[in-house]
Amino acid sequence: MSDTTHTGPVLAADGTPLKRSLRRALRAQKLRALALIAPLLLFVLLTFIAPIADMLFRSVENQITGKTLPMTVEELRDWDGTGTPDERVYRALFFDLFFAAEGKEHTKLGSRLNYEESGISSMFRTTGRDVDDMGKVYQKAFKKLNPAFDEGAFWYEMMSGGQGAEGNTKLLSNQIGRLEMLETTTFKGEIGFVPGAEIYKILPNTTRAYTAFAAFTFFMKNDVVAEEDPWEAVYPALALDLAEPATVAALADYQGPGAQELRDAAAQIDTLPPVDMKAAFAESNKDWLRTEYWQVIKAYSPPYTTGYFLNAIDMEKTPNGIALRSEDERIYGILFKRTMFMSMVITFSCIALGYPIAWIMANLPARSANLLMILVLLPFWTSLLVRTSAWKIMLQQQGVINDVLVWLGLVADESRLVMINNQFGTIVAMTHILLPFMILPMYSVMQTIPQTYLRAAKSLGANNWTAFWRVYFPQSVPGIGAGSILVFILAIGYYITPEIVGGTTGTFISNRIAYHISSSLNWGLGAALGSILLAVVMVLYYAYDKIVGIDNVKLG
Amino acid sequence: MSGFTLTPVETKPLSFTLPMVGAAGAFAGLFVGTAHGSGLMGIVIGAIALMALSLIALRVLGLGMEKTTRMGMIVLFIVVGWLVAGLPGLVLGALSGWFFSWFIFWIGEGRYRANLAPYLTSGQVLWHYTFRVICGTIFVFLITPILVVMPLSFNAQDFFTFTPEMLRFDPAGYSLKHYEDFFTSTGWQQALRNSLAIAPMATVLSVGFGTLAAIGLSQPHVPFRRAIMAILISPMIVPLIISAAGMYFFYSRVGLQGTYMGVVLAHAALGIPFVIITVTATLVGFDRSLTRAAANMGADPLTTFFRVQMPLILPGVISGGLFAFITSFDEVVVVLFVGSANQQTLPWRMFTGLREQISPTILAVATILVVISICLLTTLEYLRRRSERLRGLSPG
Repeated sequence: MSDTTHTGPVLAADGTPLKRSLRRALRAQKLRALALIAPLLLFVLLTFIAPIADMLFRSVENQITGKTLPMTVEELRDWDGTGTPDERVYRALFFDLFFAAEGKEHTKLGSRLNYEESGISSMFRTTGRDVDDMGKVYQKAFKKLNPAFDEGAFWYEMMSGGQGAEGNTKLLSNQIGRLEMLETTTFKGEIGFVPGAEIYKILPNTTRAYTAFAAFTFFMKNDVVAEEDPWEAVYPALALDLAEPATVAALADYQGPGAQELRDAAAQIDTLPPVDMKAAFAESNKDWLRTEYWQVIKAYSPPYTTGYFLNAIDMEKTPNGIALRSEDERIYGILFKRTMFMSMVITFSCIALGYPIAWIMANLPARSANLLMILVLLPFWTSLLVRTSAWKIMLQQQGVINDVLVWLGLVADESRLVMINNQFGTIVAMTHILLPFMILPMYSVMQTIPQTYLRAAKSLGANNWTAFWRVYFPQSVPGIGAGSILVFILAIGYYITPEIVGGTTGTFISNRIAYHISSSLNWGLGAALGSILLAVVMVLYYAYDKIVGIDNVKLG
Repeated sequence: MSGFTLTPVETKPLSFTLPMVGAAGAFAGLFVGTAHGSGLMGIVIGAIALMALSLIALRVLGLGMEKTTRMGMIVLFIVVGWLVAGLPGLVLGALSGWFFSWFIFWIGEGRYRANLAPYLTSGQVLWHYTFRVICGTIFVFLITPILVVMPLSFNAQDFFTFTPEMLRFDPAGYSLKHYEDFFTSTGWQQALRNSLAIAPMATVLSVGFGTLAAIGLSQPHVPFRRAIMAILISPMIVPLIISAAGMYFFYSRVGLQGTYMGVVLAHAALGIPFVIITVTATLVGFDRSLTRAAANMGADPLTTFFRVQMPLILPGVISGGLFAFITSFDEVVVVLFVGSANQQTLPWRMFTGLREQISPTILAVATILVVISICLLTTLEYLRRRSERLRGLSPG
């Protein structure tokens, strides 16, 4: 074969075309590389990226209203946003709120909506206590009509439609689903009750209320449904159902358990107090008639909202659309600006202090440069908290710097300088903490600039300044850029140091995020603020990657 | 001092030496003066005293008696310092005596020019030394806060500041009680145990995954290399408070919030960028033909990895591990959110202590941590040199 001219494709040793063989080898190589990376990538995605995604999700998530008041949200859809909603909405609200109050979930919604309009929280809390009494009025009235209505066994029989009646499993699973949604868990098991299909057609509200009761009794209280007296909400539901002429007509032919009692009750419906939930709610707390509160509930009823983001940039939803908050309520704009401004001051101080250091280390003989490097790396390696506490000791009014100044007589004992719990303290401490991040990239760039350039410039007649400014400085700019972006990125998200030495005027946006997550529990707003901060950092990160390249980060 | 001089040294005229030394004396005298009521008096006395001293040293006693003169001057300063301000004055006096006796000869004999190029103008020489002083000041700024913590941790009082007893070097002003407190308090000991339980586990995780991935990333053909790298480095870039908030939300969804495992996973994620960066940096200098040679001689990939590649990149792996360890060991924000009271670590306790200002035990802990970081730094420096030696680079 060596002597013949081969015209076909070049072949590898095993006879396959070389091109394909090479491609296969390359693919194998790529796969091997990916297989090595995959475990870590998966690990980072699960432990780090997923949490970040979760936070982004939280900043728009608003399922709590729909979860707590599903029927009300449904009914509110038709409300035009003026005056107060009509009776249907209040009826739906009664059943929703009753259910939520039993599970003690209504206060969560109250405090959620309170972030948007203060006062809503107490409205939910007081009425949550009153819903039992609203139902009790009807419970007493029915008991007076017929004591059988006060017996759990009678209700169980009536609602399940008796032995062997056809059941409505859809209603049951609906109500269990609602409970699951409210409690954010999943429930499994037979609750020992199935609502009757026929009775549901005749008494829809009552059957729904009773089924909700049954699900709650079984899953939340671990009781036997048949043995428990129903909760108060079923009585207003029954009064509502019996007031319908259609119900009365349907009851005439009904043969199931409790038919006679129901017919008797329907006949005497006029002796019951009329169902007026709007009045009942107004009596519990007159705020339920306030248009703006209902507007808030309606505005925050969809499962996703831009509300948190609007809050985070000092805006709010008003009936006339989105508008800036009033002057005295704007805090986040100031905080973002302050964070930016202070990070910039810190970055510039780092450049000013880091440049001479990097220069002298790059221009000294290796042995002395190494010694100085250790002085730079020691703070870099020292615990952040140690450095922060050191600055607290140095800067406080009875601190080392003030003591020295007083001892030297430069400052009177009674007028010691206030250097902590303000912006000055934060800037000094953070400049110190972030300085190594500036020096290291600057140093690695300056190391590569030959000293001979400066001498050449001087020998051509440049004075010291011109030689530096026109020859050396432009070459050191990449180091300044790399260091600045790094320091700025790190500074903008700092939390610990501002928290300890920043007081009230020297805090950053991070401190506010932490406050919302651990103290005020307004997680959505914390997440929205975090998302904005993250967006800023990501833009800078992208710039850093483009300019410096992420693989060029040096760690001493 | 280097062995040779660039510029021959010559004795300066008194018209130059006396004002220079006098100015330095005036500067020092200003501080002593203000401390005792009158700055102006301090300036005058300082300037006159130093000028007189330099005149005696340079002209009366002369160069031949330099050693004796310097010793005498130090003793003189010590005595004066002791008379003026007691024991602290004695120490300061010794230091300034040492400095000024050196300074007088350094200026008077023109030694400051010895290491500089002969053609420099006096302005350039002045700038050269001004620049050095500026750099020195910045280094002082870098180091002082760390040094100040150490003596304060031996404070006998529960203060965060130097007491008069400490300044008088009175042994009663010093004690080990904060250390004793640290080693006997169950709270601090529990925190130490937690830190020591969390950090190594997190380090093992990030080093294990990180080294594998770094080797994968340094292969010649990696699809989406840049994107993957950006994702793996992001835990270092994303503000800690955001990571902490996200982890708090997500880990409570999956039941990891408040558990040991949750904190370990979170810290491992934070340590990964450091491992990736250091190990890939080591791998850049790794000669790939070595693995081919090993394969050529019949070694299977595992043997090649453990017997050829691993020993060479080991320094990088260890320093990556040290970085990951210190990241976890120092971390506060994430553990505050992801951990519960059972996972309270040393930094966590320090943080709450600092915020509520309860005890100077924090300073004892801080000193211990500084000592630990010095040890780590030494190890790292040693590893770096070893790695460069192995790779055939000059130990720089």
